Amino acid sequence: MVTKDQIWLWLEEVSDPEIPVLTIVDLGVVRHVELHGDLCEIKITPTYSGCPAMKTIEDDIVSKLTEKGIETVKVDLVLSPAWTTDWISEKGRSKLLEYGIAPPVDEVDKSVLFAEPPKVGCPRCGSHNTRMVSLFGSTACKAQYQCNECLEPFDYFKCLK
Amino acid sequence: MSTLFNYILKIGDDSLILGHRLSEWCGHGPILEEDIAMTNIALDLVGQATTLLNYAGEMEGKGRDADALAFLRFDREYRNLLLVEQPNGDFGMTMMRQFLFDAYRLPLLERLQKSSDVSLAAIAEKSLKETKYHLKHSSEWVIRLGDGTEESHRRVQDALDTLWRYTDELFQEDDAEKELVVSGVIPPMSEIREAWNANVNRVLEEATLTIPTNNWKHSGGRKGMHSEHLGYILAELQYMQRAYPNMEW
Repeated sequence: MVTKDQIWLWLEEVSDPEIPVLTIVDLGVVRHVELHGDLCEIKITPTYSGCPAMKTIEDDIVSKLTEKGIETVKVDLVLSPAWTTDWISEKGRSKLLEYGIAPPVDEVDKSVLFAEPPKVGCPRCGSHNTRMVSLFGSTACKAQYQCNECLEPFDYFKCLK
Repeated sequence: MSTLFNYILKIGDDSLILGHRLSEWCGHGPILEEDIAMTNIALDLVGQATTLLNYAGEMEGKGRDADALAFLRFDREYRNLLLVEQPNGDFGMTMMRQFLFDAYRLPLLERLQKSSDVSLAAIAEKSLKETKYHLKHSSEWVIRLGDGTEESHRRVQDALDTLWRYTDELFQEDDAEKELVVSGVIPPMSEIREAWNANVNRVLEEATLTIPTNNWKHSGGRKGMHSEHLGYILAELQYMQRAYPNMEW
């Protein structure tokens, strides 16, 4: 008999297509798992409205659970409550850092213009003497930073609240 | 539900057309970081448009989804603001257009979060988090350019003078929308105008820019009467679906 806990464990085998080091559970996009006999219902939420990975995530969930023997898998997209970087697990945060992406830190209110950008540690050398190059990066969820000490440019997973 | 369909179409089309306009900057930004910023914002807007237009299609109940609404309507059926279809011009023009729009969109989404329509409230809650980034970005550029060099000041003042005439349309509401206000689905536009005025005055003052005194205003987009620019946008936007009907990738 398959349990909900088992489904959660299997979902941890599905990685995020953009940041493959994270599973979709680490990222916090899986919001709900429900089992009704042979039917498994999963609710996922997008990180950003235009996130192009959602369709792939949905397909990956279906193929993973089908492979594990679940007959019918239904994946629904929910928007509320809206995803926040607070939902990235502790494990996810350390995986990001190891992968070279600085995990989100608390930021000042975005209505404050020209505020000092958040102090982000360099994933390579650990120095906090870093600077923001651009608030926008290679994907919607990242900003561009550079370390002033080791000069390494790096991605910062920006705070979304 | 046709009243709600019409309203969601308006704000969905705003996102779609402005998202498309911004995407035209891809590969042409003044610096690489801004190229990436504008395409990121374009992606957020197109994502919001997809969610809104899918919901509009559901409300309509005729089987049209976001793709059908985005790619298979004629120009007179689009309900976006005239502001968002205006050409990109220089970087100052694009940032001013973005700022005038973001400053309207943010208070609108804030209030829509409390809409009596739960789906619309959920879409607003999601979009708001992104729009906060957009408004911060466009406000800072308007100030930096306005209070920058003589040339940047002149260019962004020209942009303000050109675009100001399209700002009254942001707050127009028709009789059907007044009913939506009464039933708590959407906020009264007077509230949005008040929030917009306060923010726009504050930022433009810091940017040392002068609000045009010419009060002649232009409108029509909300009723499907567009400027000549929309046709050209649609020619590009719809090309694939018109040339190869039902194609997918």
